[in-house]
Amino acid sequence: MIKMENIRKVYDTGKIEVEALRGVDLHVKKGDLITVIGPSGSGKTTLMNIMGCLDKPTSGEYKLNEQNIKNMNDNELSELRNKEIGFVFQNFNLLPYASAYENVEMPLLFAGIGGKKRKEKVEYILDKVALGDRMDHKPNELSGGQKQRVAIARALVNDPNIILADEPTGNLDSKSGREIMELFVDLWKEGNTIIMITHDPRAKDYTDNFVNITDGCIV
Amino acid sequence: MFIKNIAQVFRELSKQKLRTLLTLFGIFWGTTAVILLLTFGAAVKANSSKTMHGMGESICVIWAGRTSISYGGFPKGRNLSFYKDDAQYLKEQVQLIDDISPQYSRQVPVKVKNKKQNFNINAVWPEFKEMRNMVPRGGSRFINPIDMEKRRRVVFIGNEVEKTMFGDEDAVGKLMYINGTPFTVVGVIIEKEQDGSYNGRDKDAIFMPTSTYLSIYGDRFVDNLVARAKDVNKTEQMKRAIVAAMAKKYRFSEEDTQALPIWDTTEADQFLNVFFNGFTTFLGIVGVMTLIVGGIGIANIMYVIVEERTSEIGVKRAIGAKKRVILMQYLIETFAIAAAGSVSGFLFSVVLIWGINQAPIEEFVGVLILNPAIAVTTIIIISIITLVAGWGPAKRASTLDPVVAINS
Ligand SMILES: Nc1ncnc2c1ncn2[C@@H]1O[C@H](COP(=O)(O)OP(=O)(O)OP(=O)(O)O)[C@@H](O)[C@H]1O
Ligand SMILES: [Mg+2]
Repeated sequence: MIKMENIRKVYDTGKIEVEALRGVDLHVKKGDLITVIGPSGSGKTTLMNIMGCLDKPTSGEYKLNEQNIKNMNDNELSELRNKEIGFVFQNFNLLPYASAYENVEMPLLFAGIGGKKRKEKVEYILDKVALGDRMDHKPNELSGGQKQRVAIARALVNDPNIILADEPTGNLDSKSGREIMELFVDLWKEGNTIIMITHDPRAKDYTDNFVNITDGCIV
Repeated sequence: MFIKNIAQVFRELSKQKLRTLLTLFGIFWGTTAVILLLTFGAAVKANSSKTMHGMGESICVIWAGRTSISYGGFPKGRNLSFYKDDAQYLKEQVQLIDDISPQYSRQVPVKVKNKKQNFNINAVWPEFKEMRNMVPRGGSRFINPIDMEKRRRVVFIGNEVEKTMFGDEDAVGKLMYINGTPFTVVGVIIEKEQDGSYNGRDKDAIFMPTSTYLSIYGDRFVDNLVARAKDVNKTEQMKRAIVAAMAKKYRFSEEDTQALPIWDTTEADQFLNVFFNGFTTFLGIVGVMTLIVGGIGIANIMYVIVEERTSEIGVKRAIGAKKRVILMQYLIETFAIAAAGSVSGFLFSVVLIWGINQAPIEEFVGVLILNPAIAVTTIIIISIITLVAGWGPAKRASTLDPVVAINS
């Protein structure tokens, strides 16, 4: 599903060039649960952004579902992110003025999905993350764990092939952190492909498929 | 979703109260200024041409002058005169003439009961009525061809003449002694505004048929002629043809510009048009400037909003919003702000125009009418300014690097 070969990413910040990734090879199969670990600044987020087609590698080959993303334009990449990828961020990144329902609905709007189907999907997925009774709540009326579940619902709503989560439990207390972890594991067991950056030691309890990045290389 | 977004724009705007207030006020005031100034310009123009045309629309008043070029054996400086048949002669000679009338005039004493006063008497043909805008009051009439033929002793009088001689009474059908001769009043002119005039205003004058006049006074010379072309745009040609015909008859040079002084009111119309178009344009530009300042305010405020929502824009891009979607969102939001300002400006203008129309200044500016052309022009100007103002911020929003934006 994901095939990365010799991926390099160089950030050119005027004077100094930062080499965030230096030749990463990574293969992800459908149904994998991969945990990316590594020290701060080692390039985990950079790798995730490239995997999620938010960013392009400086060099190397990245194939997502057999498609080489190098040749895609911005519109095609947007569509790819919309349909194939679900992002979950450390600090939730929900729209503050929109309700849980509206936040989850957003990717469907960008996908141009019709009203009735949209409602069905949003309600189904919010039920699935156990927020069926909180649909009309604004983010500031929800706990951290609930917010992250809204974000996960948003990532799932368009039936993506891959879920990318960047430290999804980083901003949560240990109880809600555990709940979120368990939610991800449940999703994985249902057949979803999940790639998660985490420092959470509990990750070991759920998977042994670790990718350890240090200094821009997988070790 | 767009409604939600717009609602959010207004919420964010409320955080920037002063800036928003100033911007909305700029657009509000710009809209008001454009509408009001254009309306005002149009009204003043319409009013001026109305009072100008009080004397008559697109007519030529022709006098006999004095030659300034020696010609055909005559020295220069010869005084010319019009005679009784000149009007008829010109009517036959010049095809371009639609209507023509001679005009005799003199001051004579007029008596009604025991009131006595001097008035200006004008003897004209019935054609004079249309050319010189002699509109009779309801139930009365101007002098007609039968009056002419029968040399009837009838007069058509100015509304001020009626007021002076008859007070509040209706003069129609009553007698009026002119130089001791009794005349029946057949008509009174309606009150009209008249800026231009020669030998007095129509409201102060008395009109009678030339046939009656000549049978009493027997003038040799006609004071002036009044003519109108069949086609207003051919007035210039008509004037040249008249000069040529008269030059042939009275043997003066066609090039002699002093021989026949002509007052062409179409020239004044043209001047007036140019003048008021310039005036309206100037007022319009002042309004547009104000709007542009408002537009700069909008651009500024939108940049602030985009800045504040950078991370949100990044998230939207990450979950699949295309650049185009973001661009449209911010353009629409810009238009929502502009609409809020301009709609209130529009309503305010309507109220203001209504208010101005209540004030007693109609004589100077006429009635202000917000015509559709001005409304449409204003809307187009505002839309263009808004598009220009919104484009920069919207483009910036849509081209943010999503990775950088999310983490900001
Ligand atoms: N937009 C950028 N411009 C310049 N340098 C960057 C940019 N993004 C990341 N970097 C640099 O690239 C390197 C890898 O960053 P990255 O965010 O991938 O690390 P990370 O492993 O996610 O760290 P953390 O665990 O702290 O989130 C760092 O040295 C960082 O400073
Ligand atoms: Mg990171």
